[in-house]
Amino acid sequence: MPELLAADSATIGSPAINISIFGIFVLITLVITFRASRNNTSAADYYAAGRNISGTQNGLAIAGDYLSAASFLGIAGAIAVYGYDGFLYSIGFLVAWLVALLLVAELMRNTARYTMADVLAFRMRQGPVRTAAAISTLAVSLFYLLAQMAGAGGLVTLLLGVTGEAAQAVVVVLVGALMIVYVLVGGMRGTTYVQIIKATLLIAGALVMTLWVLALYGFNLSALFGDSVANAVEGRDVLAPGAQYGATNISQLDFISLALALVLGTAGLPHVLMRFYTVPTAKDARRSVVWAIWLIGIFYLFSLVIGYGAGALVGPETILSAPGAVNAAAPLLAFELGGTVLLGIIAGVAFATILAVVAGLTITASASFAHDVYASVIKKGNVSPNGEVKVARITAIVIGAISIGLGILALQAGLNIAFLVALAFAVAASANLPTILYTLFWSRFTTRGALWSMYGGLIACITLILFSPVVSGAPVNPVTGVSPSLVQDVDFSWFPLNNPGLVSIPLSFFLGWLGTVLSKERPDEPKWAELEVRAFTGIGAEKAVQH
Amino acid sequence: MTPPEERRLLTPEEYAQAQASPEFVELKRRFRRFAFPMTVAFLAWYLLYVLMSTYAPDFMATPVFGNVNLGILLGLGQFVSTFVITHVYVAHANKRTDPISDEMRERLEHHEYAPGTRGSSGPSVTGGASRA
Repeated sequence: MPELLAADSATIGSPAINISIFGIFVLITLVITFRASRNNTSAADYYAAGRNISGTQNGLAIAGDYLSAASFLGIAGAIAVYGYDGFLYSIGFLVAWLVALLLVAELMRNTARYTMADVLAFRMRQGPVRTAAAISTLAVSLFYLLAQMAGAGGLVTLLLGVTGEAAQAVVVVLVGALMIVYVLVGGMRGTTYVQIIKATLLIAGALVMTLWVLALYGFNLSALFGDSVANAVEGRDVLAPGAQYGATNISQLDFISLALALVLGTAGLPHVLMRFYTVPTAKDARRSVVWAIWLIGIFYLFSLVIGYGAGALVGPETILSAPGAVNAAAPLLAFELGGTVLLGIIAGVAFATILAVVAGLTITASASFAHDVYASVIKKGNVSPNGEVKVARITAIVIGAISIGLGILALQAGLNIAFLVALAFAVAASANLPTILYTLFWSRFTTRGALWSMYGGLIACITLILFSPVVSGAPVNPVTGVSPSLVQDVDFSWFPLNNPGLVSIPLSFFLGWLGTVLSKERPDEPKWAELEVRAFTGIGAEKAVQH
Repeated sequence: MTPPEERRLLTPEEYAQAQASPEFVELKRRFRRFAFPMTVAFLAWYLLYVLMSTYAPDFMATPVFGNVNLGILLGLGQFVSTFVITHVYVAHANKRTDPISDEMRERLEHHEYAPGTRGSSGPSVTGGASRA
């Protein structure tokens, strides 16, 4: 499809249309954010939107938070190029919600106020456990931010006609600045509304593309599959498993490691957990997860069609040679189907997606620092809620600045964003989930068990990534002439898998058990009684703020 | 806005009493009897699917109709099972666990688990119950 990529420019479509559609989204959400900010007075407002978001609204907002650039661009791209193996990502991302629904959402909602650490430190020694939980929250959020910013970088090149590193950096700074405004002005309520609008646009956009692709094939899925097979990379069966991960024993193990991280990571993602605190009751938390499961599941079914549609109609060669590579599949398909206008809409939605997810991550990370580290550990609880929120706002600015810096770095890296998100899931599954489950369900669990599990999981995860082919030593790709590793020309890797979950998740569960049985500390029985009774009955849970 | 309603705090004795009560034991039993085996089941089904995709790609590539093969159908089956389990869980919670937890919350709010009292003259509030 040579007409897609004019020789003088690597962009597709009309940058003016792309920018104006994105501008309209920004304008509308800013107005809503400012209106929402009028009610922002207390800490519960800033962190938890006053706890009066309804279950349905929160379900949409969760979908908005969860369907990041990785889901929209990364999964569609992986399906377009690798077929079935890309589809496996979306299944892991969806099934993971059952862990959240059955074991975590309602019990967490009943027990905590603002952050994950509220539950984890409930019956432990506050200082050390809160610190550990805050560190792992920041680690997961930064990995996730890196993924989103990498997506923004690729999109900028592709859609806005911005070339040259300096100009791209300016765009990333602009995205970061906007996100800081959403968070500072709107707090959790403003961020929630941005998520809801974005989720609606994203699902509607995906629905249009799905119906369009299916209509072209007379609603015959088999014909669509047949066409994508015909257009696939030479000798690759995109309908069968193994195109991306089936090559060797190591890549097969890598896939199992990834699958484990995906299914166990969701219920440990701090920005997802924090969304449960915005609803008034545990029943609303349940309702919001049910909504989220339906919306997310249906969206992934759409992305299956969009992915194979991009493979069939655009073709993997065109996708891989476009700026942004695999991540460009969905925008390229939009252009193929509906020309500049549909591309502009999809591009605007993709930008909105990144903006909204980044805002959600920022508010989570800033809440964790202000509430867990500053108010509880540094000030030992002697701080007014207003002082705490002030620190949260300052932290949001700092995190915004860090993510702008990461975004500019990520412009050069060019990693698949679904893959980066998978690393964030691995950290969440290793550092957070074991401690959450032990805290909620194991009466004997102690402070030492919690610390060993959290720090052990986190350190194992980061160390294994550091010494994996992600960072160094992956073989040089004969097509591009560079290694897909972050660092070129040196090889200090000794861990063969790209995703550490297969080792770090069981290790973290084991360390939580070992730390507990080896500690002399007696479990705090009154606190355990309080935690259990509160978790299962909802007594003493924070009520909605009345305005 | 008005300040959040001041909560009537419970004592550690009330929590201990409530935790030891037969209705709470029954509530936990009903929750665990459903949630734990179901978690094992859906994780096993998911891992089975992942392992088959990884180690039996030829089997998963068996055509079923047209270009649609077994792997894609089983993958769509994961979507269906997720939706079904969601529905079954909600039905279970509404019918089996919510009634107990609603009633217990009501009684806790009226301090009916305070030892030796019927709520009117419960022991004074202590620090242990004052958090959050």
